Amino acid sequence: MSAWLANIKADFILWFADIKADFIVNFVEKSRWKYLISGLAVTLRITLFAVLMGVLIGCVVAIVRSTYDKNAAVMRKGFGRSMLSFFNKICRVYLTVIRGTPVVIQLMIMYYVIFASSRNGVLIATMAFGINSGAYVAEIIRGGIMSIDNGQFEAGRSLGFNYIQTMYYIVIPQALKNVLPALANEFIVLLKETSVSGYVAVRDLTKGGDIIRGATYSAFMPLIAVALVYLVLVMFFSYLVGKLERRLRNSEH
Amino acid sequence: MNTDVLIRVDGLSKHFPQGDIYALNNVSAQIHRGEVVVVIGPSGSGKSTFLRCLNLLEMPTGGTVTFDGVDITDPKCNINVHRQKMGMVFQHFNLFPHMTILRNMSLAPMKLLNKSKEAAEAKAMELLNRVGLADRAGAYPSQLSGGQKQRIAIVRALCMEPEVMLFDEPTSALDPEMVGEVLDVMKDLAKQGMTMVVVTHEMGFAREVGDRVLFMDHGVILEEGAPKEIFGAPQHPRTQEFLSKLI
Repeated sequence: MSAWLANIKADFILWFADIKADFIVNFVEKSRWKYLISGLAVTLRITLFAVLMGVLIGCVVAIVRSTYDKNAAVMRKGFGRSMLSFFNKICRVYLTVIRGTPVVIQLMIMYYVIFASSRNGVLIATMAFGINSGAYVAEIIRGGIMSIDNGQFEAGRSLGFNYIQTMYYIVIPQALKNVLPALANEFIVLLKETSVSGYVAVRDLTKGGDIIRGATYSAFMPLIAVALVYLVLVMFFSYLVGKLERRLRNSEH
Repeated sequence: MNTDVLIRVDGLSKHFPQGDIYALNNVSAQIHRGEVVVVIGPSGSGKSTFLRCLNLLEMPTGGTVTFDGVDITDPKCNINVHRQKMGMVFQHFNLFPHMTILRNMSLAPMKLLNKSKEAAEAKAMELLNRVGLADRAGAYPSQLSGGQKQRIAIVRALCMEPEVMLFDEPTSALDPEMVGEVLDVMKDLAKQGMTMVVVTHEMGFAREVGDRVLFMDHGVILEEGAPKEIFGAPQHPRTQEFLSKLI
């Protein structure tokens, strides 16, 4: 009986030593952990700027789309209506193309076709993900705008505000507040989506893990480590979003 | 009351293509300066549409509205400038929920009349004092009762120093015991000589404050006259029928 126990103990020690050696090879030796840290920095940078760009594009597209939806039917024929109709068509093409094709393809087209002369992968990836995210953010914000009671809009107009002023002072602030949790979720989704940046030679977190794997020929450690980093990040941001949602729900106004 | 016409409505029509409904059918009327005109009628009679056409919140499909000598239905006319002179109060208050009461009231004067923050807020506080809500200046709309919200909505419109006030069923969404406080503010306003067009079901208010009553049904004005005539001796059978059903 005790021999059996001793066997298990010896096995365990061996296994632990293996793990330890694996860990040292993958992360400590030649400071390979730095691939993960610098990759994480790139991932966060791409995500943050892509989300900012996405919100900017999304706002513009959402305003064009909701303006068209609300007003095209009652607008007088003329230059204004033709322009609005034209911009609305452009926005719809943008939404259809971006939401209808995989983000990896969009990324590769940006890198190898549109910006073929540039090798600044991080910048191009940021733009690709920003343009991609803009399409999804636009629909989120459009939903937010459409959910604001038309009475708010009428109250603004009846005071003498023009269409843009009414949107800016009255409708958009309320709409953005309503969709803030959804926008934060978009950030979380995008964080994971940027893991395909490696396709265009960007050394993000995923690529960092993959570089380690290529150097050490051991897949388990680096891939699990990368997964854990993503998981911790997503859990952390989800916690923040949850907090934000509770704060918004509890606020009196 | 002088006879200076502030709003002239000529042959106003509003056709809704969905359902092929004529909400207004060739309506003509005049609102004089300093006059309180009360519009009554059954629901669906077009009285709200009539009121909303006066400041073009609803775009009429025919006819003209002339405000202060200017045809505001002319496509070249900048309606935003004229709306500043036409205050509007809605059934559902439509206060801006993301702003304090003071901000609700001072926003438009600051942005549209280029008033300084101090001047706009001083004017707002003066009006809040008049309706007894000065202590709620820093509150948000969700912290107020319905009656308080509607009183704020009235003074918010007054902050723009309008020449006419349009009321779209201002007491219909209120608890019965809050109707009085809103009507009191409106009576005060009428006493100060404000031109008012009021769509309402408050017949007591119409009788007491109204200078003229318009009775509408099916998109036309069937009868108009002094409250005494309309309520005392209605001529049109539809008016008689409508009034006989009221308590």
